[in-house]
Amino acid sequence: MEKLQTLFKQKKDLLSVYFTAGFPNIDSTLPVLKALEEGGADFVEIGMPYSDPLADGPVIQNSSTVALKNGMSLKVLFEQLKELKKSVKIPMILMGYFNPVLKFGVEAFIEECKEVGISGLIIPDLPYETYIEEYEKLFTENGISNIFLITPQTPDDRIKKLNKASTSFIYMVSSAAVTGARNGGLSPKQVDYFERVNSMELKTPCMVGFGISNHQNYKEVCNYAHGAIVGSAFIKHLENIGDDHNEIVGFIKKLKNGQ
Amino acid sequence: MSESFQPDEKGFYGPYGGAYIPEMLIPNIENLRENYIRIMNSESFRKNFKTLLEDYAGRPSPLYYATRLSEQYGCNIWLKREDLNHTGSHKVNNTIGQILLAHEMGKKRIIAETGAGQHGVATATVCALMGLECIVYMGETDIERQAPNVARMKMLGAEVRSAVSGSRTLKDATNEALRDWIANPLDTFYLIGSVVGPHPYPDLVAKMQSVISGEIQWQLRNKTDKSDPDYVVACVGGGSNAAGSFYHFMDNPDVKLIGAEAAGEGLSSGKTAASIALGETGVIHGSMTNLMQTNDGQITEPYSISAGLDYPGIGPLHAWLNHTGRAKYLSVTDQEALDAALLLTRKEGIIPALESAHALAALNQLDLKSGENVVVTISGRGDKDMKTYMDRLQLV
Repeated sequence: MEKLQTLFKQKKDLLSVYFTAGFPNIDSTLPVLKALEEGGADFVEIGMPYSDPLADGPVIQNSSTVALKNGMSLKVLFEQLKELKKSVKIPMILMGYFNPVLKFGVEAFIEECKEVGISGLIIPDLPYETYIEEYEKLFTENGISNIFLITPQTPDDRIKKLNKASTSFIYMVSSAAVTGARNGGLSPKQVDYFERVNSMELKTPCMVGFGISNHQNYKEVCNYAHGAIVGSAFIKHLENIGDDHNEIVGFIKKLKNGQ
Repeated sequence: MSESFQPDEKGFYGPYGGAYIPEMLIPNIENLRENYIRIMNSESFRKNFKTLLEDYAGRPSPLYYATRLSEQYGCNIWLKREDLNHTGSHKVNNTIGQILLAHEMGKKRIIAETGAGQHGVATATVCALMGLECIVYMGETDIERQAPNVARMKMLGAEVRSAVSGSRTLKDATNEALRDWIANPLDTFYLIGSVVGPHPYPDLVAKMQSVISGEIQWQLRNKTDKSDPDYVVACVGGGSNAAGSFYHFMDNPDVKLIGAEAAGEGLSSGKTAASIALGETGVIHGSMTNLMQTNDGQITEPYSISAGLDYPGIGPLHAWLNHTGRAKYLSVTDQEALDAALLLTRKEGIIPALESAHALAALNQLDLKSGENVVVTISGRGDKDMKTYMDRLQLV
């Protein structure tokens, strides 16, 4: 949690990259992480693959299916993260669905997260109300930040509630859609939504995700938010090129710097 | 009786239910939750619902005394003939109710998931009736094995979209429908087909289907002087026809409630959909319930010969009825269901849907006594399953 908070204080125009653990290969986690760090990702979201990822489009769905076939599980992931704890400096977030976490045991899961140096969690189907009632204490006592999503349909009073409970950043979903790259720039509607949220002067910064696939998208949303999150576009890259170190470094540099 | 079988204000039946959904769905679900009871209690809804159920769907559905089947089992067997409804199953009770809700809420685009295609057909039917756009998600596997229903949906003007993830059955179709709803939050109404999903759907669908048990009560009273049977037996996939059949009897412990779930090729075969027998508590499609899952919390791909029961979870009401012991859930294999379907056909001249055949097969596991009144819900008719029956019963 603190690592993330420090990063947000020190830097603007952050680039966060999502990848699915165990994709394209079971042991891709470390090489992908190192390449992302070297390429200039400011923090990473490691996807915990799930059989039924409701909020994800076909690209991330497919990467999850492959990762599960490769034998990825929370147990395997935590073992991998234990080994690479010292070699990765940038903050790491885990993203995944509630059922595997529930099955693992939420307390045991949070302890493992703390142990391997995870800063925050994005669990889309763990709603705010359940988090507050059952898990807020557990998360904050262990220094794990729970990251809330907001969408163009989230009413202002709900955004205020989520902001109050937010301890690192708010994940601003760019439009009403599941994850996946989209063509074209920002629509006037999206700009209105970003400006509406900006004008609320939230205590924690926002990162924009869903549909961000290239340098231009990234720069554009940085005008309205603290940074951007790229997921499906990177998974697509892994799908085509594999987990080659130099290729990933090049991809991230191009994403960040435009060349 | 201490337990309540109605959900609390957050949609929990004991520990089951709730709304475990991504933030993207919260506004849609809140909107529905804030409106469904008000609309369903309104004079105009009640009047329209009643009229359509009677004049359009053909209700009340008969409660038929099955003479030859009763002789076979040595008790009084009553068949609740949901197969005689318009569109051929109980599903139309719910789709009529929900389409009126959607209309009242000003929604123009209807999406649905379907397994056997019965809910898809019932949805496409009411969309045609109301002149609304209709998109039905259906697993690729089910599109192949339920071809007649796919054709019906298309003729009714619905677009059938193939779900190609996972085992390509009902679970995957439900995922796709939820993703569609995430992408179309404003104009779209998700017309869910069973007592599953996030609150308020399990309660909403149970209430729509409760017309079944309401009718059983007065029909049985007219025929026997007793309004409550000794047993009510229904098949359970997600559990909507069972919820509707049990509804008015849940608070009377003298009525034994029996759900028949699909064991597929057997409980230990690895090819099964028995979520009560093999499931553990977890979250599926926005609801805390019993579901079949791996040690790592991944949802297991289910299997059943019956597309309508081919689902790894179960509605949270059923998880609670099972938890409290109020209802008992029995597992029925593919073969037992096929045999029961043939028995009913030859004894009574009624070809049941494969789903309903599971309820009939469960009779073999009950200790039925002379004079007892046993109501079995025939949730649908077997027309859509003729290819499977011909192949598996070797009738050619």
